[in-house]
Amino acid sequence: MPYFGSEETVKDLKRALSNPNVQTDRLRYRNYIIRVIRSMTQGLDVSSLFMDMVKASATVDIVQKKLVYLYMVTYASRKPDLALLAINTLRKDCADPNPMVRGLALRNMCNFRMPGITEYIQQPILSGLRDKASYVRRVAVLGCAKMHSLQPNTEIDPSMVNELYSLLRDPDPVVMVNSLRALEEILRDEGGVVINKPIAHHLLNRLKDLDSWAQSEVLTFLLRYRPRSNDELFDILSLLDDFLHSAHAPVMAATLRLFLHLATAHPAVQADALLRVHGPLLATCGSASRELRFAGLCHVQQVLRSQPALYGNHYKRFFCGYSEPGYIKFRKMEILVELVNDENVALVLEELKSYCTDVSTELAQAAIAAIGRIGRTYNEKCLDILTGLLALKQEHIASAVIQTFRDLVWFCPKSSVAVCKAVEGCDESLQDDEGKQALLWLLGEYGEQISGAPYVLEGFIDSLKVELCSVVKMELLTAAVKLFLCRPAEMQDILGRLLHYCIEEESDMCVRDRALMYYRLLQSGVDETRKVLLGPKSDPSMTVLTGRPEEPVNIWASSFNTLGPLCGTVACLENTSAENSVQQLHSAEEKDGAEEFKLSPPEQTLRTEAIEEELSCIADAAEELNLTMGPPLSHEAFERLWLELQVAHQQALGIPRPAETLETLQAAFQLVKIQTLAFTRTDAVPWKAYMYSRAGGTLILAELLQGAPEESESIGNLLVSVKQQPENQQAIRSFFSVLTNVLQTLSSHGSQN
Amino acid sequence: MISQVFILSSKGDHLIYKDFRGEADKDAVSVFFEMVTALSGDQPPVVMSHKDLNFIHVRQGGLYWVASTKTNASPFTVIEFLNRLAALTKDYCGSLCEKSVRMNFALIYELLDEMVDYGYIQTTSTDILKNFIQTEAVTSKPFSLFDLSNVGLFGAETQQSKVAPSTAATRPIMSHRSEQGGKNEIFVDVVERLSVVIGSNGVLMKADVEGEIRVKCYLPTCSEMRIGLNEEFSIGRSQLRGYGTAVRVDECSFHQAVKLDEFDTYRILKVCPSQGEQTLMQYQLSDELPCAPPFRLFPTVEKDYGSRYTDCDLLSQELSSPDQTAELQLKNKAILWSIPRFPGGAQLSALFKVEVPSLSSASLLEVGPVSMSFELPKQTCTGLQIRFLRLSPTQPGMSQRWVRYVTHSDSYTIRI
Repeated sequence: MPYFGSEETVKDLKRALSNPNVQTDRLRYRNYIIRVIRSMTQGLDVSSLFMDMVKASATVDIVQKKLVYLYMVTYASRKPDLALLAINTLRKDCADPNPMVRGLALRNMCNFRMPGITEYIQQPILSGLRDKASYVRRVAVLGCAKMHSLQPNTEIDPSMVNELYSLLRDPDPVVMVNSLRALEEILRDEGGVVINKPIAHHLLNRLKDLDSWAQSEVLTFLLRYRPRSNDELFDILSLLDDFLHSAHAPVMAATLRLFLHLATAHPAVQADALLRVHGPLLATCGSASRELRFAGLCHVQQVLRSQPALYGNHYKRFFCGYSEPGYIKFRKMEILVELVNDENVALVLEELKSYCTDVSTELAQAAIAAIGRIGRTYNEKCLDILTGLLALKQEHIASAVIQTFRDLVWFCPKSSVAVCKAVEGCDESLQDDEGKQALLWLLGEYGEQISGAPYVLEGFIDSLKVELCSVVKMELLTAAVKLFLCRPAEMQDILGRLLHYCIEEESDMCVRDRALMYYRLLQSGVDETRKVLLGPKSDPSMTVLTGRPEEPVNIWASSFNTLGPLCGTVACLENTSAENSVQQLHSAEEKDGAEEFKLSPPEQTLRTEAIEEELSCIADAAEELNLTMGPPLSHEAFERLWLELQVAHQQALGIPRPAETLETLQAAFQLVKIQTLAFTRTDAVPWKAYMYSRAGGTLILAELLQGAPEESESIGNLLVSVKQQPENQQAIRSFFSVLTNVLQTLSSHGSQN
Repeated sequence: MISQVFILSSKGDHLIYKDFRGEADKDAVSVFFEMVTALSGDQPPVVMSHKDLNFIHVRQGGLYWVASTKTNASPFTVIEFLNRLAALTKDYCGSLCEKSVRMNFALIYELLDEMVDYGYIQTTSTDILKNFIQTEAVTSKPFSLFDLSNVGLFGAETQQSKVAPSTAATRPIMSHRSEQGGKNEIFVDVVERLSVVIGSNGVLMKADVEGEIRVKCYLPTCSEMRIGLNEEFSIGRSQLRGYGTAVRVDECSFHQAVKLDEFDTYRILKVCPSQGEQTLMQYQLSDELPCAPPFRLFPTVEKDYGSRYTDCDLLSQELSSPDQTAELQLKNKAILWSIPRFPGGAQLSALFKVEVPSLSSASLLEVGPVSMSFELPKQTCTGLQIRFLRLSPTQPGMSQRWVRYVTHSDSYTIRI
């Protein structure tokens, strides 16, 4: 930023610097130069002093030299002709007997970012590469890279590249690492420095002599190397082993990244490395530096994606400290949600509960959302806490709780009874738009069970004129129409008033169009409206999975120890709940109607005796086709396929669901190469499981269902629906026989116990 | 690799700006400051991006220490580097604040010049850097009567002073060369940070200790130092040593330079300390504190539905000593009770009466928690002690060795 009187300052400085009295007094001269640099840092343009500064560079005072060089490097690109005047002094310094002076001059000469400089620096750099002082060699090696960046389009000098490659064997570790860096820059267009076997092994052997910065950089370079054989791979891994426990977080993280990268094909080795590094990683999460703490937490989050159980016992390390900044607290809460398990759930909830009354509104709301997320698995405990919070009658808390309720009911429909009870009479404390939307949604959806629902809506309609948010108005319309369908007597009047206002007086187009749509829909008949508005819902157990499956390490390993995890691609807790869900719900509702039509007809037609017979007689011969798991299928891909495909076959197995734990089931299916993607919880009704497998070139998707009221066969009995792409009846048969075998074995095993 | 490094004051003044690669605009500094001041609470502010430039910053001493990079660098490396830069600045300038950085900016430029070349970290070791750094630090000492009273004590270099002055460790390592020798001192600090949660029933719910042994060395040369820890010091759960009360930690890691050949049998750390501050050992202990937590609180909350006021107000306070103060901070919804001295084994009490508008029975749920911040000298929670500290060869003359213990509260929370 320019200061007032800047011209005056520059003039003063110029006068002082050219004053012979000042020039003879070493200290006074230096002080004026310091003032020049200070003005330069503050953003003042002092380039007009260049001439005087060039004069000042001819000195024996090394401090003064450094200051002048700093000045010249900054302004050289703007005063190239004057900068050339300084070159002579610099070149002379490059031949100074003192290596420090040589290095200093060479470094700064290479830093002059102006086009004509290369012809002057080439010779000093080349002689610098062979200098006997390592300090000069370090500078010269990077000088090669600087020279290349000044003339990027010229041909690469092969002799220089060879020289740099040979400097990889330099006794000085920094020269070695600098050569790597320089080669990387010079050869960028050809894919960077080549790490072949001799170089890789050389680097690995030198690793111990390097300081921690160089170590982490070399470890990153080694990512490029692929060992030829497993023996070599394990040799390298055992060499790297010590560095996993390095006290320096950068080295630890770089080593882990290399470990995960090298062991891509050995998941067990990766898991072992993650286990061994969990101590050091936890230590960074408790580091005195907040920023390092944050980096550690973000990386723990990555590890949790694959190994949620790894930090389960250390949950207390993720409790928020009193003085920690918000961004750390939010991360910690996200982690707490991830690592909840049966043993720690009570204490984690207790801790989260204490954040709900925090002074910071955002923190309190995030804590409430976090409890809601845990509530998908541990329903009752969380509902109790959330209901208790409503009693506080605090505006921001009530709003967050209602939003959380809405999301929770969507995932766990059975919690609706408790939610409806809690929602009664909390409408006064809601002021913000998000909270209002959530409350309206709940009223529309569960209005039947909430006795006061029409009166609450009436209150909203009465204050419609002062309502500013159009989304709230649209939500109000939807809720009112839905409630009208189940409680017509109470709602008719209210709905009429609402529609009249929205169509006649409302100025917002979206709201008016929505009101018109509902109006016309109601004109076409109540049954039609019911079909559209209260159509069947999609099954959330498909999208959000209780007991989220573990992602393979390789998905995130490549972004480990980069800026990615810190940049917040992971959505904050509050965002996921508040912003997305409304849209999600709407789009899901609309989608579901269509989906259901697609699903139901084949279910009926295909359940014929004929296929069952056919199947039972071929069941023995089905073994010839082997099932394989093949490449993993993501949940999104599975869901998409499941919705696209028709049911190829459906059958009641005549076996109830085995009483084993979900883990046992999953393990058992995995043994026979069936990958399970999602389960509902053990006590859920209806109980569902989704799985897939591959056989004979086709992909088989299957759903196990028990206790769904709309499918009479599924009561007390497992019903299997199979979809397939492409069609292959034989594969389905072998899949069925394997599945039946497993389930039979499991249930007989269960009954023995 | 790092494109630029800059240091900004909390008001956004440019204190240091160095461009290593000339690939980013100079206005990046103001872009950064705009971004960082526009942040709301929930964004992760350590890393920010503007176009293709990534800013990574740490806050230390009330200043922004920022590095910008165009590559997807290792966050650990950049953060550690900035922390190291701040630590070196502290070592060289004595203390870390806007004033010391302003006064020593030439020195910091010199440091940066030697530490980083073309965006690549060259070295950060004080041993190597001290050969290159020529500028001398300028220290600011505000005039204070306290200093005057100590003149005789330290100026005369009497041996009576058995307590290290608190300002002793905040002076530059490179004391003036002209002044003969400066003071030959070495400080070994055992610093523990305690994070504790105590439930409303007085049960200890969480207790974590993060500890470290720090050495701050002003000796010009020192070939080897031997630090003896408690002999019954044990790491991990399985290992138990001796018959006495064991001093146990869960995890422990050492600085690269520490030699551990005598650690297994005698619990001796050997190290050649370089000038400046170094962390020799870091350790953690979770949950099983060998001693009771240092402070306990006996809260009673009573409500009185009396007259109604419209503003939240602190009506009255009774404190047990006149040098204590208490104030109500409406913004944080907190009462701050400061206790200048808390003698060991003592019990202090305070009674606060607060009028709250529209009090309901549920409002009591919002009372608490109580958070304490404190500094406990001469005390470690793990019981880690330094048995001895030997320098070899024995330093001539006035070398002084100080061992200090201190426990800080990282987060000490008591629920009500």
